[in-house]
Amino acid sequence: MIRLLTSTLLALAATCPAAAQDLPHAFVGAHVIPVEGPEIESGVLIVQGGRIVAVGSANAVDVPEGAVLHDVTGRVIMPGLICTHSHIGRPSGGDGSSPIQPEARVLDSVNVRSQGFKRALAGGLTTLNIMSGSGHLISGQTIYVKLRDGHTVEELVYRWEDGAAMGGLKMANGTNSQREAPFPGTRGKSASLVREKYIKAQEYMRKFEAAAGDPSKLPERDLSLEPLVEAMQGRRIVHHHTHRHDDVVTVLRLSKEFGFRVVLHHVSEGWKVAKEIAEANAPCSLILVDSPGGKLEAVDLIHETAAVLEKEGAVVAFHTDDWITDSRVFLRMPALGIRAGLSRETALRSVTINGAIMLDLDERIGSLTPGKDADFIVLSGDPFSVYTHVEQTWVEGVLRFNRADPADRLYATGGYGAGDDTKPYLCCQDEEGAVQ
Amino acid sequence: MTISRAHGVFCAFIAAAMAVPALPGAAQVAVRGGTIHTMNGAPIANGVIIIRDGKIAAVGPATQVQIPDGMRVIEAEVVTAGLIDAHSVVGLAGQFNEDHDQDQLESSSPVQPELRAVDAYNARERLVEWIRGFGVTTIHTGHGPGELVSGQTMIVKTTGNTVEDATIVPLAMIAATLGESAQKEDGKSPGNRSKMMAMLRDELIKAREYRDKRQSAEADKQPPRDLGLDAMVRVLEGEIPLLVTAHRAQDIANALRLQAEFDVPMVLDGAAEAYLLIEEIKAAGVPVIVHPAMTRAYEETRNLSMETAGLLRNAGIPIALQSGYESYVPKTRVVLFEAAVAAANGLGFDDALAAITIDAANILGIDERVGSIEIGKDGDLALYDGDPFEYTSHCTGVIIEGEVVSETAR
Repeated sequence: MIRLLTSTLLALAATCPAAAQDLPHAFVGAHVIPVEGPEIESGVLIVQGGRIVAVGSANAVDVPEGAVLHDVTGRVIMPGLICTHSHIGRPSGGDGSSPIQPEARVLDSVNVRSQGFKRALAGGLTTLNIMSGSGHLISGQTIYVKLRDGHTVEELVYRWEDGAAMGGLKMANGTNSQREAPFPGTRGKSASLVREKYIKAQEYMRKFEAAAGDPSKLPERDLSLEPLVEAMQGRRIVHHHTHRHDDVVTVLRLSKEFGFRVVLHHVSEGWKVAKEIAEANAPCSLILVDSPGGKLEAVDLIHETAAVLEKEGAVVAFHTDDWITDSRVFLRMPALGIRAGLSRETALRSVTINGAIMLDLDERIGSLTPGKDADFIVLSGDPFSVYTHVEQTWVEGVLRFNRADPADRLYATGGYGAGDDTKPYLCCQDEEGAVQ
Repeated sequence: MTISRAHGVFCAFIAAAMAVPALPGAAQVAVRGGTIHTMNGAPIANGVIIIRDGKIAAVGPATQVQIPDGMRVIEAEVVTAGLIDAHSVVGLAGQFNEDHDQDQLESSSPVQPELRAVDAYNARERLVEWIRGFGVTTIHTGHGPGELVSGQTMIVKTTGNTVEDATIVPLAMIAATLGESAQKEDGKSPGNRSKMMAMLRDELIKAREYRDKRQSAEADKQPPRDLGLDAMVRVLEGEIPLLVTAHRAQDIANALRLQAEFDVPMVLDGAAEAYLLIEEIKAAGVPVIVHPAMTRAYEETRNLSMETAGLLRNAGIPIALQSGYESYVPKTRVVLFEAAVAAANGLGFDDALAAITIDAANILGIDERVGSIEIGKDGDLALYDGDPFEYTSHCTGVIIEGEVVSETAR
């Protein structure tokens, strides 16, 4: 156990931000899947300063002088995986007092030391949309996080150019958000409460516009309306839990009425309204579980949904909904999608660039493209084989998971201690544990 | 330890009834397979299996086994024995997850060994058909984990319109649970581990005394029939095992202590931390039905490992795999998928396939009928278009006792 702790410390030390490379790193010999662009049989990936510098076939890309060489012959390299819907870090949103609480922020509730983050890295995930639950019509503001090393949520969250945390707005309809008053008891009431709130937000937005920057004319700040205004202005994407076909169509109706951009989440019966979804240009983030049911809204869940939506032209991604499914086996989901008719190309996009599109991050992540963040994974084989393991996960050019390191491997396989949250950040202690 | 295969008069009756084909002529079929995993010797390349009257009549290379004229022939890349899910609650637990279709756990009392699985199994449950579509032909199902002694389990084929049609073993094991999930709150018992063990020991001692009195006393002095104690006597007599769900190492150790005290047949279930007690489990001769490889790690399963099945198997402990029990989404796991992940995490292809066929049959005591493709065994087959464990392969056909029950690629 002591040995285990020591190796954990060493692994942590090796991934301290200070260790981020300045030298170029060259990964040579792997089958490279850039996602945007064709797969490369024997490719080269060059990263430096946390960004991708070059990617291509061995004869098209020069390895810079002085580069740290990584021989990855026989391996597969693809972009770091993006999960558009995760509950890692035990985030909370609104409490039990009312069904609509846009003011509640996941930012204020995530435990970054949760072992879930280690498991996610072991599964090859590098970016998550961490969301509150589906027990509210509007449960709060989500955050987009990068799984870089960090001991506060501030260090992990993606930011707009103005420094504000990036994230969406979590909404839900159907049975999860229905219960005793003041929560809605029916679908009609659910939609009515949401419309009422958005109409308030529209009026609030108009007052801002009318003030035209004059502080004396600005309305009083309303924390619960601001995120809705951001949604209607396009800065905040609505991530909407919805299962049944009629609930899906209700989401599309509300999205059209108020002009917010929406990503449909779960979409168990999406196959019944695929044409409508595609016509509305609503991207779908799907979950694929091993059997239908478990709740009434999911009894018509089928494994073919992704293929049906692909055929109609909708943008499709998968999500873990961790802990509904385990981040460590995230690649299993697009693989089962292929089993049920999805193309390999869309399956690859569904856990990378399509997820990035749904988080407004497609210019930064989601493919191995020069200039994008150096988030990538090294796999032992084809991404869609059960026998393949994630060997390494790199975030912004820093090795964040290494299966060859027993301390990391523990989180990949599970085992004694894997259920514990990660040890405190110990960069400032010496080997005996004394604070320096 | 060996598990007794004595199953009483009722069981024998059911088994005899099952041996009769439902429709004359329906149970004749030939299967041609690129690779046949018989689980009885090396796989056969380009093989043929002939099923007559619901039983395997011939198996061997195509060069040696002649397909009779006029017999229906089905082809597949890969053929395995019908898969066995060694522990499930499917059929008692239904897809809707509403009160009306959840019969796997009765919480009115912590010790109810008298609850029969046959009275609760719904042969028409959609989840039965769902798992069958992936090649599962036999399930050990019944009362689930979550009460100290939750009730009886049974073994069924994933076919039939009634429980009588489906049953092959009406009383397979008595299900018990040690650990947090069987613990009660608000002053109710059992409230902790000591109390659990005290109550379980007390139940077995009561059953021993009941048995002795029933055997020795004159007819008019015998104690009145007690359905619960009747069931526990079956365990004491070594006729059926006690199936003990225990995840933490200390709960597994408690189960082994109980086994040593009463010398009853026992099967460990779940066993998330079994890797900490390999020597002890091996010494006790207790087989383990290991938790699903992808089951969620939290509370008492927080330290589970995807490598446990491989670690136990490599140590020589008999293991089988299971779909387990799910309380939400998905409502059931699929044992094929769990075996696949175990195969990729130290168990390997051969042992993983054995853990859902012949090894499971051995632990369940049904290896004379199912678990391998051998002459005289039930004609239960699963057909695939590639490695059955690969995510992207499909199950292209399922045959139970010679009847093609699924031909949809899944």
